[in-house]
This record gives sequence, structure tokens and C-alpha cells, in this order.
Amino acid sequence: MSDEINVTVNGVPHVARKGQLVIEAAADAGEYIPRFCYHERMSSVGKCRMCLVECDTGRGPAVTVSCMATVAPDMKIDTQSPTVKRMQEGVLELLLANHPLDCPVCDKGGECPLQDQAFSHGPGESRFVEEKRHFEKPIPISDLVFLDRERCILCDRCTRFADEVAGDPLIHFTSRGNSTHIATFPDEPFASYFSGNTVQICPVGALTAKPYRFKARPWDLQQEESTCTTCSVGCRVVVQSSRDEVLRYMGVDSEPVNHGWLCDRGRFSFEATKSAERVLQPLVREGDALAPAAWNVALAEAARLIGEAKAAAGAGSIAVLGGARGTNEDAFAWARLAHEVIGTTNVYAQMGDGLPVGLLGLDRATIDDAANAATVVLLSPDIKEELPVLYLRLRAAAEQRRTKIIELTPKRTGMTPYAWRHVGYQPGTQVAAVDGLLADADVAAQLATGPVVVVAGRANLAESTATTVQALRRLLDAVPGATVLPAFRRGNVVGALQVGMRPGKGGLDTRGTLQAAADGKIECLVLVGSDPLADFPDHSLATRALAGARRIIAVDTFLSASAAKADVVLAASAFAEKAGTHTNLEGRVTSLARKVTPAGVNRADWMIAAELALELGSDLGYGTVEDITADIAAKVDGYAAATPAAIAADSDGVLTAVPGAIDPMNHVEAVIGERNAYDFRLVVSRVLYDQAEGTAHSPSLAHLARGSAVHLHPLDLDRVTSTAGARVKVSTASASVVFTAVADDSVLRGTAWVPFNQPGPNVGELIDCFAAVTDVRIENV
Amino acid sequence: MSRLNEANTILAKEIIARYPKARSATIPLLHLSQQQNGYVTEEAMAHVAELVGATPAEVQGTATFYEMFKFRPVGKYLVNICGTMSCQLMGSEALLHHAEEVLGVKPGGTTADGMFTLEHAECQAACTEAPNMQVNYRHCHRMTNEAFDQLIADLREGKRDADIPAHGTLARIRQQIPAEKAVGPVSPDDPARPVWTPAPEVK
Amino acid sequence: MATYPWAAGYVDDGDRPKIVTARFEHEDSYTITRYHATEGYAGLKAALTRTPGEVHDEVRGATVLGRGGAGFPAGTKWGLMPPEKYPRYLVVNGDESEPGTYKDRLLMERDPHQLIEGCLIAAYAAGLSQVFLYIRGEMPLAHERVATALNEAYAAGYVGKNILGTDFSVDIILHWGAGAYVVGEETALIESLEGKRGEPRLKPPYFPAAIGLYGQPTIVNNVETLSNLPWLLRNGVAAYTAIGTETSPGTRMVAVSGHVARPGVFEIVNGTTTFRDLLFGDEFCQGIRDGNSLKAFVPGGGSAPWFTPEQLDVPFEGRVAGAAGSMLGSGAVMVMDDTTDIPTAALTLTRFYAHESCGQCTPCREGGTWLMRVLERVVEGQGTRADLDQLLEIGESICPGKFPHAANSALGLEATPFPYKMTTICFVGPSAYAPVHSALTHFRDEFEARVADTPARRQIPVTAVH
Repeated sequence: MSDEINVTVNGVPHVARKGQLVIEAAADAGEYIPRFCYHERMSSVGKCRMCLVECDTGRGPAVTVSCMATVAPDMKIDTQSPTVKRMQEGVLELLLANHPLDCPVCDKGGECPLQDQAFSHGPGESRFVEEKRHFEKPIPISDLVFLDRERCILCDRCTRFADEVAGDPLIHFTSRGNSTHIATFPDEPFASYFSGNTVQICPVGALTAKPYRFKARPWDLQQEESTCTTCSVGCRVVVQSSRDEVLRYMGVDSEPVNHGWLCDRGRFSFEATKSAERVLQPLVREGDALAPAAWNVALAEAARLIGEAKAAAGAGSIAVLGGARGTNEDAFAWARLAHEVIGTTNVYAQMGDGLPVGLLGLDRATIDDAANAATVVLLSPDIKEELPVLYLRLRAAAEQRRTKIIELTPKRTGMTPYAWRHVGYQPGTQVAAVDGLLADADVAAQLATGPVVVVAGRANLAESTATTVQALRRLLDAVPGATVLPAFRRGNVVGALQVGMRPGKGGLDTRGTLQAAADGKIECLVLVGSDPLADFPDHSLATRALAGARRIIAVDTFLSASAAKADVVLAASAFAEKAGTHTNLEGRVTSLARKVTPAGVNRADWMIAAELALELGSDLGYGTVEDITADIAAKVDGYAAATPAAIAADSDGVLTAVPGAIDPMNHVEAVIGERNAYDFRLVVSRVLYDQAEGTAHSPSLAHLARGSAVHLHPLDLDRVTSTAGARVKVSTASASVVFTAVADDSVLRGTAWVPFNQPGPNVGELIDCFAAVTDVRIENV
Repeated sequence: MSRLNEANTILAKEIIARYPKARSATIPLLHLSQQQNGYVTEEAMAHVAELVGATPAEVQGTATFYEMFKFRPVGKYLVNICGTMSCQLMGSEALLHHAEEVLGVKPGGTTADGMFTLEHAECQAACTEAPNMQVNYRHCHRMTNEAFDQLIADLREGKRDADIPAHGTLARIRQQIPAEKAVGPVSPDDPARPVWTPAPEVK
Repeated sequence: MATYPWAAGYVDDGDRPKIVTARFEHEDSYTITRYHATEGYAGLKAALTRTPGEVHDEVRGATVLGRGGAGFPAGTKWGLMPPEKYPRYLVVNGDESEPGTYKDRLLMERDPHQLIEGCLIAAYAAGLSQVFLYIRGEMPLAHERVATALNEAYAAGYVGKNILGTDFSVDIILHWGAGAYVVGEETALIESLEGKRGEPRLKPPYFPAAIGLYGQPTIVNNVETLSNLPWLLRNGVAAYTAIGTETSPGTRMVAVSGHVARPGVFEIVNGTTTFRDLLFGDEFCQGIRDGNSLKAFVPGGGSAPWFTPEQLDVPFEGRVAGAAGSMLGSGAVMVMDDTTDIPTAALTLTRFYAHESCGQCTPCREGGTWLMRVLERVVEGQGTRADLDQLLEIGESICPGKFPHAANSALGLEATPFPYKMTTICFVGPSAYAPVHSALTHFRDEFEARVADTPARRQIPVTAVH
């Protein structure tokens, strides 16, 4: 109650909050104060001077920077006095003095705060007759972003974002006074994973993104709010299109999730939706080739293959892998088709690259819980690479000194610079690392200071999950009340697992399925938007499995390596082509919008499931996507609140409850073998830009994949070879792959790190998914 | 190589160690690099960035704010003619024109022999001695055309080497803090009250 | 008359009390030997016999006014630090660059030990153990002299650990700037000392006493201010306040330059000395050069609105000067005689501030340069009558409302007192406007004459196309 501060805004009494900025208090009272530099998600700098008002706290009206000043008792805020109007007109005239009036050819024209506020608050006349300031324009400041320094009004939004929010201060004010401009350092571009946000928050047309430049006029764009499904953070976006073509995503400020920010991979991967490489109609195998087929033909053929398999070796010879790339509705329809109609228990949405599904049975934390916890323990992959906006949220928590980060990882990560404690462990020694940490008195004291959230995930694809699961259990047992934020990576993997894309009783997981297929025990393998050849860490097993499965049905948007081996390919619609809902890693269900017509004759996965069920003689009973959303709410444990109406009513979505149907992950035994002193222990993990379909088929992003290479600590590199850039042979007992060697001090001594799913030699050749760890020999070639 | 050389790198680390935060040493280190190379090179900025824990873009942002840092080679002698009010009132424009004629360059230009760079400068804090100028920031008071010509001749002949070092060297004497006497940098995170300051009385 | 070849500019004439320039008469005034011979470090020793609180009280009691420009009492400034919040820092502002001003350079070159002693007294009183002495980059001699003095002082045990055998310990770190006027603003000085661009911070919330260097309580004091402290501690409050007036006690250093017969830097008695004394007194400037007459003068550094002969009897007393429409600022008077071309003089100052704008806030970055460019056209005879009004319009975008100016009876103008409202973060933007406003207020006829031959409004030729 003492938090209330009585003020007047233009004479009207208003109750503001203690500590509230004048600009926000005025907004609450219905008075919009114009601004350029102020951004509610960044610190105030008061540079543009557009938000000047007059405030009287008893000593007469004083010129006040409303984005810096906080309300005071009985403050009289005047946003319309003659002085204020004069100041607003003055600042706008000055801002426009050197701003080129190239609005007709400016991408920002029509959605430009400078244009809009010149219209609403400007003097309506320009008296500046001198020559304007000139710069070369535009210049690329990164692979994705162009800068026009003539249009720039030096509001410090992009530079503040780069420094404060992204932690990549690679763009900076340079020079002084009237020559001040934004610059990168020569040969060091603004290669931030978050660079696209600067384009979105630029209040003029100074920053433009390559994929959108000169593509549309803002007034021709139509938009729908949706959720980004590039990873499982589930950032809220608007999808904008013109003439039925997706042209842009913009971040939406969702308080519990992304605060308006997006990563560049999420922002620009829309290009894949309109890729010319898309599969545009169903395909049916004719000898060595896949030939276009009508839907009824392809569905009948798929049903025939399933029926044949069932007849030959029973439903247990059929497996369904995938579902994580689609909507909750897609996954639920496919789960029902698999479990109820086909009758198999071999169903799984993960591709052998995450922790066991039991992670979802643990007490769950939200992103907000983590970002407000006293302590966050990261027993996870590099979240900057895999869950970029979660990284932003936790980085902010650490930088704002709310949260101490304790990191346990097999190599240094993007979060390491912000960690209070960083423990690098050799793969297989997680338990010892946790024990060592818990024995540290400072750490024990810190863990007792307040809420603890553990972010748990798969940090190394060249290692079984057992030791991580053990370590996690150890940690949770030692810290009562700790909650878990599951660092599952793939778009809707949490949704797919929770609504039923997981093994039934006695069913096989992905590794089991692929092993069975390799052993010739799978009659029909159904890939629902999954690509084991690209994504399953053990490439050899995936290859043998796809060769060993008698029949393959693929539901996909692209003809992936795995889909190319299918007997039937069912053409699926992609993101922005279908409506539905999404479940993010914290269990938040949000809406997905259909903004454009699906490519070709493609259909949503759920429709394909429903039609296939009909072909197989069952009716799932779904006519619309809302039918399924409602059915999920009715039937799926934890989803009761996630009704179509509730999801539609709240942009932030509906938080589901921890599904009681999923058994919490429990202790498992793991035995790590002895290690040869000359061997390196292999660490394989993902980086943001890889060969995933959305990235590889987005021309702006495709070339950002760094390429496959083995990274060694510089001292280790000296041990095996003379120079960085040399070719080295990396061998296990059964395979060897030649890589380029890279010196990298983020890699622990005695380990070798290779990024996964990159162009170039395939590290998956070296991974044995049944081995506890992967030890390799490295020799100079 | 225009990164800091070995001796200067050692000196740089000594300077950094005086500050509670390394980044505070940015300007002194840029001066050091300018002393070594005559101007601030890109490699030096990148090296300073490494040393103080900033990005090169941040160091560049700082460096370009300050006029004394030059980003391309300048003459051995930087001739700065003050043009601010007191000097202007006392005839600095005429002096500048004379300098342009004698040196054969406009402000910002460097003589072909690389000896002199001429600049129009702002107030040099010697306003009673107008018109005033500086050579490598050493003051020259109450300049006349004749005095200017003499100065240039002396500089060419090396007669002023004792008091005017080449561009880049500011002070030739550095502060030395004996290790046994140094208190050391005071971390902003250390809330301890200095020992000689009495605790406040409890009322 | 006494001038010294080793202290160019300094004029030591007449029989006035000297607080900070007493040693200037000695050629070796900067050495520790001379300092020891002239009561050096006695002020520190006196301070160490008292509690820090007593020393603070003494400084507060003497009302030692800040000599950097704002004239805020040092003792009060120290008292603004939140109690019991540590660590604290002292930053010495030796970045003197206000046009017309130089005294700090002389004090650093001629008496560096006095400054060091002042720093030590302040550090002792304020409870801090690290001082940063920031010297303007373009002053290598000052840097060398202070460096030498610091090396001597460390060796002699005045600076560093356990000073003079007590538990008082403080480091003084010499730091140099690199050429940016705006860094003289105390928050910009702090930014610069943090290794960043010297951009002023917004006050509030960044009052250095509360949120300063590295976010900690910080005192920023001017060189001259601190140089007063050794004398004060040696001689006491009564002796200090016996000089000058109650609200402006002690002395202050003033540089008078431009068209006077004898320009110079003088240590004058605060509060009572008038501009007439200074410009026309025998012991000071001895009148206008060549027998010319006085046209106008800038009373307090380039940022100050101008005075004309009507204000000659204003004393060096901040409140009086403020009521008269200007400020005393940094102790710099620039004198224009009747030969002065006013538009050119105004342009010179405006160009300075436009050039020195840090560029972070819109009105200063854009407005300062715009003022300069219009003024350039006017001076070159390319201006229009509309340009003159335009100058005032741009000025109003920087300083909304009435801008201070002196009374002018010939024009029937009453004084508009200091200060002004401003849309900028710091005083650089308004400073670009002050000379334009003063010149146009008092000497509009000179501008009118400059634009008399040009059309009233610039015509932009338009060719009709059908």
C-alpha cells in the first residue's frame, strides 16, 4: 500500500507505483510520451531527449527526462505544456536536420517511429537548409544486418542491446559529436546470435535485415501472432506475410518467455518455409525413384505398407519416430494413430540426443523461476547454442545480480563468463563433479540461500545419458526443493512427449527401434518429421537401421536424407502453414498461427494422421485443429487448463501441470571403462547454426554453419600436431574420420570437441550410442 | 608489428594493475601504443582490448572519442595552432595562414618529408599568452611569424630534441609506485571502512 | 611588477594575500626541497593530528568553494556521500579546458606537491584510499611535474601505505586524458576514467557523491580547490574566512586574456574584487590595449553569457554575477575591445562547443553544429535576415524559455538572471548557444549589417515542369 504514489498527469489525479518512471506512469494514465531511445527492456539512457516533460514537485515546473526520473509524491506531471511542446518540436526538428528524407525507399517507412512522431509531435516544417551529414550507405555490419549511418539517430538502442542484453558489444559509438556513428571494429563484424533484434528495435530505418530488405511495404503486411518452434523455448512472434508469402518474424514481448527478443536462427529460418526445395506433393517409390502421387494413392499405399507389416510380424514390428517438429495436435493425432490404431508401443519423439523422458516427470521450473532463482545450476548443454533466448534470460539474471549461476559442463560455454562457479568435467565424471561441488562450503551456503533451479540436458552426444542422470539425481537429493527446467532442444519435443509420442508399455525408444531395424526386426518404420540419418548421434546405427527397416514411411516438409530412403513420402505443411498449439520446455502451451497457404498440396501432420487412420479403418474423430486441442485438454494429463479458449485468450499461453503419467527419472547405474592415457575423450554437441532443415534451407543462415572440425585445447593440439588448421585422423576402435584441427581454449585438456551435424566429415561415424563414453585417438595425417 | 612490444606489454600490465578495473587503463594504454608507433594502429587497439578485457569495438569507440589519438601516421611534430577565443582575438588566424604557407599544407595535412602535421586546435590553456600553439603538446607562447619560422627551423635541425620528443610521447617521466609502499587498487566490491576512519557513534 | 619567466602568464603584483600561488616566485617551486622549505606537508601533519570528521568540519567551516565552474562548496560536496558506504574514491579534475581558463595547469606545473597534499587531506577526511589524479592530455609538462612530485612523495612516505607512520594509507594514481573538453564535466570525467567515451551521465541519478566511479560514492574536486586545503589546514578557518566575503571566502585564480594591456593569471581576493578592478586596476590588467575602449567581456569562461561595460562593477561573487545575467564559472575573463568583430568572436566560441559536443544527446549534437553553420554563413556574408531569427530558434530548442543576459540600458534591456532551462544532458549544448545569444542580444546591429545585402529570405529556384 505504501507502494502507491499520488501524482497528477496533466491535471488528472493518478496513482503511480513507487519507483515507476514518469514515462510509464504517464502511459498508465493514458498519456503517451513520445520517445526514441527509451526501451522498456533496457536501461534508460536519456539520450534522445524526446521524452522531456515538465514535472513540478513543489519548486515549480522543471524540465524532466521522463525515461529517467521516477515519480515522487504529489508530483505534477505535465506532458502538454507550451514548454513541453516546444521542446518536442525542437528535438524532432533537430533529429530530422541530418536525417535523409528517403522515406519512399526506406524499409521502415510506414512503421517508423521517427515518421510517426514527426507527424504527431513535430513542427511540421523543416528549416534546415545546410547540407546534410554524409556517410557511405548502407554498410553490412554482419552477414545479416546492414547499417545506414545517415538514417541513424544515435539513440543507443542497438548498441545498448548488444552490450546489455546480448553481451556482444561488437557495435559501438565511434568518433565524437556531430560525426558520431555506429561502427564495428574492422574485420570483426557484429556476429551476434541476436543481431536481428537490433533491426526490430531500431526506431528508424538505419538497421535493416538482409532477408527483408526491399521485400515489402509495411502497410502491405498482414500478421498473425504465433510461437517460434525453432527450439523449445517457444518465443512469441508475429508472422508477417504479403501476397501469401512469409516475409518476416518479429519478436513479441511475452513477459514469461522472451521479452520481445529472438535469436537470429529463429528470426530468419522462415525462409525455409518458402524454399524451392520443399516437398510439394506425396511421393511413392517406384523402383529406385520416388514418383509424385495423388494423396489418395499415397495414403492407400502407406496404409497398405502398415497393414502388410502388421500381418507379417505384428504391430510390434512397426515403429513411429518423431513428432517434435510439429504441433501438439500433430503429435497427439500421431500418438493416437500409433498407439490406438496401429497398436504399436514403439513410439518416440526424441532422436537419441536428449535426456530420458523421465526428466519431464520431475518438479518443473518455469523460465521465470530460473531467472529469479537465487541459484541456477546448469547441468546442460551450452544453452547459448541450443536455447538462445533462455541464455538471454539467465544471462540477464546473472548480470543483474539476482541469480548466481553454477555451471557443470564438459567444455566452456557461452554462459561461462557469467557463471559464479564453472566446473569443467571430463565426460563420465559428472557425479564426481557434483560431489566436489556439494563439498564446497561456499557452494553449499549459496544453495541454501534461496530457490534453486537445475537446468538439465544432454551436454554430450558422444556419451550415454546415464552419468548425467546420476549426477542430476545426486544434486536433487542434496538440494531439497530444487526444481528442474528440462533443456530439451527440439521445437515441440516437450509437447510431443507429453501428449503421447513416447513408448507404451514395453515399447522401444529410438535407440531400441533403430537397433531392431538394423537387426531386421522392423517391418515398417514411420518417420514423422524426423531424420535419424542427420539427427541420431550414432550415424552408423542410423544408417544400418534405415537399410534394415523393410519399409519406411516419411512425413516431411523436405526430402531429408532419411525421407529419401522412404517408400512413401507424405508431404507435410510447415511452420506458418498450419495452426495449432505448442508446448515449450517449461510446459507452456501457446498458439501457432496459420498465416500462409501450405506449399504445394501439403497437409498438416494431424490431417495426414487422421486420413491414414481412416485408411486403416479407424476414425480419430477430428474435423478441425481445435477439435484436437480440446481433446488434448480433455484427455492429456496436465493439459486440462489448455483449452482452445484459454490459449486464444492469453498471448502468454497456458502453463500445463507436470504430467503424473510420466515417471520421474530415477537413478541408473553407469560403468565408465578405464581410459588410455593417450586417448582423448570425445565431446560432441550442437552449435546454433547447423544443417537442420530450417537452417540449411534458409539462404541467409545456411552459410553460417561453421563446418565440422575437431577442437582441441591449444596445449593438446601441440601434443598431436604442429599447427592449427592441420588435418588429423580421429579414431575409435571401429571407425576413423579425418578432420581439420582447431585450437580452442574452451575445450578441456584431454577432451576433443566436435560440433554436431555440420557440413564436412560426420562425427556421428565415431559415436557408439551403446557406449558410456567415446575415447578417441588423434593422429596427425 | 604494431601490437605493444614486449617491454610495453609489461608496462601496460603494470599500469592495469593500478586500477580496480582493467578497463580504466584503456586511455593510458592507447597513449602507450601511440608512443610506440607514432599513432594508434588497429592491431594496437585489438591488443589493448585483449589486455583490458573489452571488445576491439569498445576500445575503438573510446579511442575515437579523444582527439589526441591519431589513426594514421602523422608527422614527427604535430603543430597545433590554437584558434579559440583569446587566441583568435589576438591574431591566431594570421598565424595559421602563415603556418600553412611555411609548411605548405592545410590543417590536417602532413609535410612531404613527414616532419610536420598542421592542425587547427582548440583552447590550450595559455590564453594570456596568445596567440599560442603547441608542438607535440609543448606550449609555444605569444607566437609571431618570425618566432614560428625560427621554431620550425630549430625543429628541422634537431635543436629542440631535448624538450620536444617525437609525436606520441607525452610525459617522459612516469609515475613509479614502489611495491612496498603501494596500497593497491581498491575494489568497488570491498565495503570495508578505512582503518583510520572511526566507526560512527551509535546513538 | 613581478612576472617570472618560469611561470609564463602568472602576474604577481600588488599586495594581496596568496593562498595557492605563494611559491610561484621560486623557480624550483615544484621540487620537494622547496616545498619542504616553505611549510610543505605541514597541512597534512596538522590534519593527521585531528580526526577525519574534524578535518571535514574545517573544510566545511571555511566554505571552500569549488573552483571548477559550478562554485559548490567542497565540504558540502563531501558530505553528500551516503554515510557508511565504502569504498569511496577521490577523482581530481585536472582536465582544465574551458576557453579562457588556465590556473590548474599552472598549479600542477608550479606546485604539484601542494595539490598532492590537498589530495591527501581530502582522502583522510573523506575516508578513502585511492585517488585518481586526472590530468588533461595536452599538458605533458604538468604530467611530468606531478609524476616527479608523486615519485618524491611516495619515497618520502607522504603517499602510500601508513603515511607518516600513521594508519592512514592512500594511493594517488596519475591518469591522463587524451583530448576532449567535455571530460571536464565531472560525470564525463568518471566515464573517461572507466576507460569509456567521455560522455556525461545524467544527473539524477548519477550524482557522483552517490553513484560515481565504478558505481561507488566519489568526490570529484578541481585542482585549485584541493590546492587550497594545505594552507587552510596550516592557518585555520579564521585566517581563511578573513579573506574575501562570507559567501565567497578566500582567494581565487583568474585568467584575464584578450584585449587588455597586461593579460595575466592573478590570485585575487574572492567576493570583493570587481571586474573594473581586474580590467583596469594597476596591479591587474592596467586597462584596454592600445588605449582602445572596452566593448564586451566574457566573465566566467567561454560558456558564460557576456557582460558589457555596464557590468564592470559586478564583484567576484557568484550570486551577484548570476543576478546580473551571467556566471563566474572557471575564473576566466576574455576581453573584447572596440575593434572586435562580434559575429566572428561569437562564432569562435560556438565552433568550440559544437566541436566539443560528445554527441550523445540530440539538441547539443545537432543544434550546436547547426548554430555553427548558420553563424559561419552570416560571418562570411552569406547569411539572411531569417538566419538571425533562426539562430535564436535553434537556441530555444537547446534552452527553452528565457536565456540569461545582462542588462543593456542603451537597448532598454533588463537583466535576465542565471540559470537557464535546458533540453541537453550537460552544459556543452547551452554553451554553444550562450555566445550567439549574448552577441545577438547586445550587438544585433553588427549582424544586421552583415546580412543587409542579402535577400530577406533565401529563394530556392523552382523550375516548373508540365
